[in-house]
Amino acid sequence: MRAALSTLKFLEAGSLSHAFKIMKTHPGIMPTAGCTDIYVSLNFGTLKVREFLNLWGLSELRKIQMKGDYLSIGSLATYTQIIHSDSVKKWIPMLIQASSSIGGMQIQNRGTLGGNIGNGSPAGDTLPVLAAAEAVVVLGSTEGIRRISFNMFYTGYRKNAMNPEELILSVEIPRIKSQQWYRKVGTRAAQAISKIVMAAVLSKDPEEQQDPRRIRIAFGSLAPTVIRAFRTETALAENGNITEAQKTLLSEIQPIDDIRSTALYRQTVAANLLAEWWGKVSPRSLIKS
Amino acid sequence: MELTVTLEINEKKHVLTLDSRTTLLDLLREELHLTGTKKGCDHGQCGTCTILLDGKRVNSCLILAASADQKSITTIEGLSSSNSLHPLQKAFISHDALQCGYCTPGQILSAAGFLNEPWERTTEGIKEGMSGNLCRCGAYPNILTAVQEVLENQKLLNPQKASHS
Repeated sequence: MRAALSTLKFLEAGSLSHAFKIMKTHPGIMPTAGCTDIYVSLNFGTLKVREFLNLWGLSELRKIQMKGDYLSIGSLATYTQIIHSDSVKKWIPMLIQASSSIGGMQIQNRGTLGGNIGNGSPAGDTLPVLAAAEAVVVLGSTEGIRRISFNMFYTGYRKNAMNPEELILSVEIPRIKSQQWYRKVGTRAAQAISKIVMAAVLSKDPEEQQDPRRIRIAFGSLAPTVIRAFRTETALAENGNITEAQKTLLSEIQPIDDIRSTALYRQTVAANLLAEWWGKVSPRSLIKS
Repeated sequence: MELTVTLEINEKKHVLTLDSRTTLLDLLREELHLTGTKKGCDHGQCGTCTILLDGKRVNSCLILAASADQKSITTIEGLSSSNSLHPLQKAFISHDALQCGYCTPGQILSAAGFLNEPWERTTEGIKEGMSGNLCRCGAYPNILTAVQEVLENQKLLNPQKASHS
């Protein structure tokens, strides 16, 4: 490791309640899981945190299980676990697509869903899936447990609504009676961080046809945080006109030029992805076929 | 901050007192002089530091040695038994699956991990499964052939599905 490590301190959590206590008594400490993001930032010298709490041994946070009408995925569940979970395959297959697109198998064996959420990169590959799925994040501390809607979770670039002493415990994903779609566009097929990533659902349930939330679209890498394209969803729900919806989309995203791509490229590809998805799932295209 | 960890490395037990900040990669190379495991990018992209941790392949540059306490580790030095090379090592040699050889220990450990995982035993499955290891010489076609040969010899060409969860 190239970073100066002389000031770093690593603590080990023996149990969940122990972890809660450490979070309360060590202000500024950073909880860690697989460390697949943290070690990179440390190496580049971009991480200012100097005290870390290792949660990896807390196997109770690694469970994937059905709880009534939602799927609960523990924050320490690895991408490998998610990819091979029959429950995830049945309930939310687009999360398997997203997890499979992350790094190589070495990264998938260590990287966790909770880590992707906590790291909060606008390019986080699973985040548009959680936004389109209207997931709920379960947080815990010595004060107890609370739930927050994933779509209310981020408050700005790498900022979130967690209290400093809270830990992410799990994610709850409600049932989606819809077709799910996921696309990641990167520089190459494997080992690439996204230039743009999209997740979308469209409900075919007759009972939900009047529900404006039957269309849900989320994008990564197009704004300081993962975003739901709420106005684009409404535009499509109202008249299904893709050209109008593309214009609406361009008015509600704020892509930037950065190391991986340009704003212009991202605008063009975002509009193209929307059209590709809508062409496949819209009622009109189904009638034609 | 110093602490003591017990690691089983290549079937040999080590009780080590180390700085809590040491990565597994630096421990293997700098402390134990197991220099078969290579340092490439040192941030989890190239896969050349791949080892098996409790049988699963991981990038040793992204893991603290302290967090591997009580776990079993396999490196390239421990893959073969006594005087006989591992089938993957033999296949890499016979198919010329390397040029400079720097990525080879990582490629072989990654392939060893792949053999234990429930991926489809197809060409595409192997390519996807080996995508975490970069080779700047571009020996990919021969690496693919070498892995395919080992799979064929193990009669594992039929798709196998298993559940990890």
